Amino acid sequence: MTLTSAPPTPPRPKRRVGDRIFAGSASGSGILILLVLAGVAIFLIGEAWPAITAAAADLPGGQTLTAYIGPLVFGTLIAAVIALLVATPLAVAIALYITYYAPRRLATAMGYVIDLLAAIPSVVYGFWGIAALAPALVPLYGWLAENLGFIPLFAGPASATGRTMLTIGLVLAVMILPIISAISREVFSQAPALHREAALALGATRWEMIRMAVLPYGKSGVIGGAMLGLGRALGETMAVAIVLSGSGGITFNLISSSNPSTIAANIALQFPESTGLAVNTLIASGLALFAITMAVNMLARWIVNRRADFSGAN
Amino acid sequence: MAKRIDVSDLDIYYGNFKAVEGVNISIEPRSITALIGPSGCGKSTFLRSLNRMHEVIPGARVEGKVVIDGQDLYSADIDPVDVRRQIGMVFQRPNPFPTMSIYDNVIAGVRLNSTRMKKSEMDDLVEKSLRGANLWTEVKDRLNRPGSGLSGGQQQRLCIARAIAVEPEVLLMDEPCSALDPISTLAIEDLMTELKDRFTIVIVTHNMQQAARVSESTGFFNLAGVGQPGRLVEFNPTEKIFSNPDEQATEDYITGRFG
Repeated sequence: MTLTSAPPTPPRPKRRVGDRIFAGSASGSGILILLVLAGVAIFLIGEAWPAITAAAADLPGGQTLTAYIGPLVFGTLIAAVIALLVATPLAVAIALYITYYAPRRLATAMGYVIDLLAAIPSVVYGFWGIAALAPALVPLYGWLAENLGFIPLFAGPASATGRTMLTIGLVLAVMILPIISAISREVFSQAPALHREAALALGATRWEMIRMAVLPYGKSGVIGGAMLGLGRALGETMAVAIVLSGSGGITFNLISSSNPSTIAANIALQFPESTGLAVNTLIASGLALFAITMAVNMLARWIVNRRADFSGAN
Repeated sequence: MAKRIDVSDLDIYYGNFKAVEGVNISIEPRSITALIGPSGCGKSTFLRSLNRMHEVIPGARVEGKVVIDGQDLYSADIDPVDVRRQIGMVFQRPNPFPTMSIYDNVIAGVRLNSTRMKKSEMDDLVEKSLRGANLWTEVKDRLNRPGSGLSGGQQQRLCIARAIAVEPEVLLMDEPCSALDPISTLAIEDLMTELKDRFTIVIVTHNMQQAARVSESTGFFNLAGVGQPGRLVEFNPTEKIFSNPDEQATEDYITGRFG
């Protein structure tokens, strides 16, 4: 060590131009998305405010805001939950079949077909739902009401048109199937060979190998895919507006002709004819949808993180 | 428990490609047999054919016989799943199941095989297997933590504990120390020496000192040339292989004049 007269200033790390441009554009994009989100939230709250503060008598239907939005929130959630309950197990099974059971050629072809489902416009799903699926389900609903009517879900009386909550739940299930199965397929196919071989070498059958090494690895991906699907189901507008005859209030009866509508479909159907405070009311319901979607996403994040220690990422 | 393995005229194919040709070898019970040779010479493929793990790769097949205690592993009525339950394997990179705790990792194989066990029996088995793998004292206070939180050497010993928990007849080890530091390597080698009283052990290694230290017999695999199948060039007691091998190719490889 030699002594120098002046203590050396700590050398400033050299910042290269490329680094600065990249860091700047990356943080810019990050900030932008936050601004957009904040902008949407501010707009929704601002526009919903008159409806939130207005007297019940001035609102459409002459009822309080909660009484107006409540059934819509309920309808939105129940349609989405039906869709998720039907689609997730099916999507996981399809993904497992494609990744671990199907012969390679068939698997590729099936993958394409499933992805094609995602490319069908929602209005086409709506037409399919009302023209094909709903009439086809009418006899089933009759049977359900007759034989399983003691379960509140199938209390009936069965809808004569088939345009029920259960129908739209099934249509939504088909719509969200591709996104869930595509993401599940992706994560299942990336399950490390290391762990799959570990299971096989212990004498696991193929299904046991999948249970030990593939499903635990893919779990958070499947949950993520399901949440994306749920987001789509919650926000789906066109298909619901076409298929569901939404006129009723809160009910768990899934097969009758009186069903709550969903937020998105209600906005689409009512908006063209609304003015003044009615528009603010619709926007307030939109705010509710925004809050639900955010809550769902945070819940999904929490589920995924809960057992982060065991995720294999460490 | 430990069984003798007789391999005769074994050819191993991946699709149309013949990877290994004409292996004849007799592996003694309760001993350690080392397989050495340059990369790509088929020794890992051969090792994996001993518990039919090579069949994981589509198109892989064998011709010839692998007989363990009078039973041909490749006869038509044998299920590869049953073979693997009797012949355990430890891999090159430690691979405990990341989503399972240390405890669950150890009994993963037992859970597959059986028959419900009482909690106390499982506890005993976990302790016995972890003691058998010289890991018990290090992990006994954190059996419910994920196995992936252990060091590499500990993870590899956990994998050995998992393999021996099912009391296999044979233990196959595919370069079990190549991802480990010298101290962890020594721990695993000591462990192998203890385990050979109970199991027949076959180990593939690139480390010739390791082969010389732990094994009774050594097989040297080599390629006849690029694109040619690998062959078992020489199989002899380890002492002879490392002092006075029969084949010139073996001596060249061991003394480093080749490959």
